[in-house]
Amino acid sequence: MEQFEVKPIVPLHIGGLDVSFTNASLWMCIVAATAAIFLTMGASSRRLVPTRMQSIAEMSYVFVADMIRSAAGTEGLKFFPFVFTLFMFVLFSNVLGLFPLIHPFTVTSHIIVTFSLAIFVFLMVIVVGLARHGLHFLVIFAPSVPWPMLILLIPIEIVSFLSRPISLSVRLFANMLAGHTMLYVFGTFVIGLAAAGGVLSVVSIAPLLAIVAVTALEVLIAFLQAYVFAILTCIYLNDALNLHDH
Amino acid sequence: MDLASAKMIGAGLASIALIGAGVGIGIIFGNYLAGALRNPGAAQGQFTNLLVGFALCEFTGLLGVVMAFIILFT
Repeated sequence: MEQFEVKPIVPLHIGGLDVSFTNASLWMCIVAATAAIFLTMGASSRRLVPTRMQSIAEMSYVFVADMIRSAAGTEGLKFFPFVFTLFMFVLFSNVLGLFPLIHPFTVTSHIIVTFSLAIFVFLMVIVVGLARHGLHFLVIFAPSVPWPMLILLIPIEIVSFLSRPISLSVRLFANMLAGHTMLYVFGTFVIGLAAAGGVLSVVSIAPLLAIVAVTALEVLIAFLQAYVFAILTCIYLNDALNLHDH
Repeated sequence: MDLASAKMIGAGLASIALIGAGVGIGIIFGNYLAGALRNPGAAQGQFTNLLVGFALCEFTGLLGVVMAFIILFT
């Protein structure tokens, strides 16, 4: 589908590697810039009684801070900048992808983008765990159960630990891809029915209304997936910070 | 049967995974609502667990969708 195609804008090849500046790179820059401008504008007024922009910025700050505190404890707040950046990037790329008039490119609908984010989270959890607990971190694979159960449970825990980056990335990617595909399919229904003429043109109002409903659902999903991505990051960080004592 | 139609059937079969995800999401949200109506005070504290359960459950269905995409587009 045309909306998922990666097209080079500035072709660039370095030593056999294709490092072209593509529309995907452009949209990642736009997403980062939009989030930065949005938060800077919100934070610049600094009034006691906040303006609308300031109160949105404050609400997003408090929202993420509460989320970290509930999932990873006060200690997790050290990672607030990381989780906040992650949340804002995913949220803005999901939401910006839903504006049809600007021909957006939803960066999170590509597995490589979400997988890079997820593998970064995964490696950071390992580094934080090892730095904090040393080799004692390996206890994460051994739940406190009678020892014969460990023979069964340790392989399961290892597999579940290793599948974290896959589940984290595929969830976001598949949600975005499926949502945009669904909108596209309903869009073709509208055009096909309207072009058919006669009674069928009148019927084409039905898929049009369905698009409105699906778009509303997609806005919810865009927010929910950003939230789920951030909260799972917090939970993984909590596992590394406090081994099993929660 | 030629390869193209076999691919279509395979993709359709892979999408059956979504039945399980639908049932699971329904169970999670239904039970959350049932619990929240009994004890509204405790509902807010379990909201995180609700979304994590939802996410884990949805993932199993999405694996089926990804399988369908892989079958269709490779």
